[in-house]
Amino acid sequence: MIPKSFSKHFYIMLIPGLVWLALFNLYPMYGVLTAFKEFNPGLGIWKSPWVGMENFQYMFELDDSKLVFRNTVVIAFAKMVGNLLVPFVFALMLNEVKNRLLTRTVQTVVYLPHFLSWVIVAGMMLDIFSYSGPVNQVLSGLGLDPIMFFGNAHIFPALVVGSDVWKEFGFNAIIFFSALTSINPEMYEAAAVDGASQWQRLIKITIPSIIPVAALLATLSLGNILNAGFDQIFNMYNPSVYSTGDIVDTWVYRAGLIDFQYGLATAVGLLKSVVGLVLITISYTLAYRFANYRIF
Amino acid sequence: MVTERSMTARLFNGLNLLVLIVLMLLCLLPVWYTLSVSLSDKASAAAGQVFLWPRGFTWGSYETIMKDDQFFRSFWISIQRVVCGAAIAFFVILLMAYPLSKTSKDFKPRNIIMWLLVFAMLFNGGLVPWYLTMQSLGMINNIWGLVLGGGLPVFNVILVMNYLRNMPKEMEESAMIDGAGPWRILFSVCLPLSVPVLATIMVFTIVYHWNEFFQALVLMNKADHYPLQSYIRQVAVVIDPTKMDEETVKRMSELSNQTLNAAKIFISMLPLLVIYPFLQKYFVKGITLGSVKG
Repeated sequence: MIPKSFSKHFYIMLIPGLVWLALFNLYPMYGVLTAFKEFNPGLGIWKSPWVGMENFQYMFELDDSKLVFRNTVVIAFAKMVGNLLVPFVFALMLNEVKNRLLTRTVQTVVYLPHFLSWVIVAGMMLDIFSYSGPVNQVLSGLGLDPIMFFGNAHIFPALVVGSDVWKEFGFNAIIFFSALTSINPEMYEAAAVDGASQWQRLIKITIPSIIPVAALLATLSLGNILNAGFDQIFNMYNPSVYSTGDIVDTWVYRAGLIDFQYGLATAVGLLKSVVGLVLITISYTLAYRFANYRIF
Repeated sequence: MVTERSMTARLFNGLNLLVLIVLMLLCLLPVWYTLSVSLSDKASAAAGQVFLWPRGFTWGSYETIMKDDQFFRSFWISIQRVVCGAAIAFFVILLMAYPLSKTSKDFKPRNIIMWLLVFAMLFNGGLVPWYLTMQSLGMINNIWGLVLGGGLPVFNVILVMNYLRNMPKEMEESAMIDGAGPWRILFSVCLPLSVPVLATIMVFTIVYHWNEFFQALVLMNKADHYPLQSYIRQVAVVIDPTKMDEETVKRMSELSNQTLNAAKIFISMLPLLVIYPFLQKYFVKGITLGSVKG
């Protein structure tokens, strides 16, 4: 039982965090009013004239906005699938290796790319896939024509998804590793006594044991269907791949902070945030219902 | 456990191992390649002759960086940002997590504040409102914009709060019987017991501040004020002439080349590579902490 006299100290402890929250999380939310205004920097957000839904109407008339929403969903969905399947298979494969030193080494190395910033990864990828870079050298060694990888709108989404999976698969496998270690070893022993082969143990024990974790992760990732990865694409794209590579976040950046269409950019960003919030709420609710998953 | 010695099992295990080793090398290769390029001479790199070993070995790129004031200025800004960001996050999160780890019976507004935090974690106004409000808070060309601009790290607060909540109640109660007040309990009981989770969130925070590049591009009007990642982006990924005066653009295009950029990329990775064993340990712990919920 906590004495009542603690409460006022609790309030004092919360002050720094709540001030930070108010100024840098909540106050920017007030700025979404810009979506319903014709923003004038001289007047500020509050005094700028109201225009109702005009910015939203304009957004729906633009071909660009449909394109960027489509690109976003396509890239985000492909990433979702790749970032679930590759770590899943990888974790199962590593689980079959019984040499501890080897599994440790592999884990240590594959986690590494997760810690590198997208600036660095993009810098490396742009170099490796450049016109005279090592990949094209190999291609020409095989007698093929070199490819402008980062200038080709057909290839660009694959590069984005591929480099994201490259960066994150090891790290995303951690959750599967922890699920694999929690499988009761007696099940394997019982199966071995019954004469089950390595393959049968994998199919009948290991995979069914971690399917629930995979299902939970899939559900939770649904909320991210509009997050195609700004940091990554911002560092990798260029105008020649806008048709397939431009996503909502990059478009909002250019419309808002380069072309100064504040109202329009805020409207698009707001639409994305609201849809994202709804999706995340749905996925968390599902995860709570079916897997008793709670964030707090 | 019985291990199969049949041909198919051995073949499977061998293939499995091979694929895993290839995957592992695939993760190292880009980093290794970048190091090789950075140690090669310009001509070989431009001709695409560098693969796994430097061609025309030279320290030239690293020597050029040693003379590059902007590189060191940006490096220093990054260090300041990481240190301030980590120190502030540490105290704010610890102070916040303790009261919130109480039940709403012991601390009434607990649940309302929790829902406010979760809302702030899941919803944001978007880029333009963020920029406009940062402007009105005077965060342009200000390192505090980089330190605080990301907002309260709600996820980390929740992580520490969950950890404190699972702490045995008896600890706190016996401290209370000995006459300890809330501050004493927080700093002498909770703090020492939650070192693992605090180390985890510190690692999260350090990596976040070291790697974050975007805020400075928006908040800083001059490349002089860029932290390292923003600077690297500027020189190695894209050259954005609007942010630099003519002099700088000229200087950069003269200097800008593959080997030099590779060297910059490699140096900016170094701090992370050095603390990597520490990073890995607590990051992995954090992921599993995050997964054992409720």
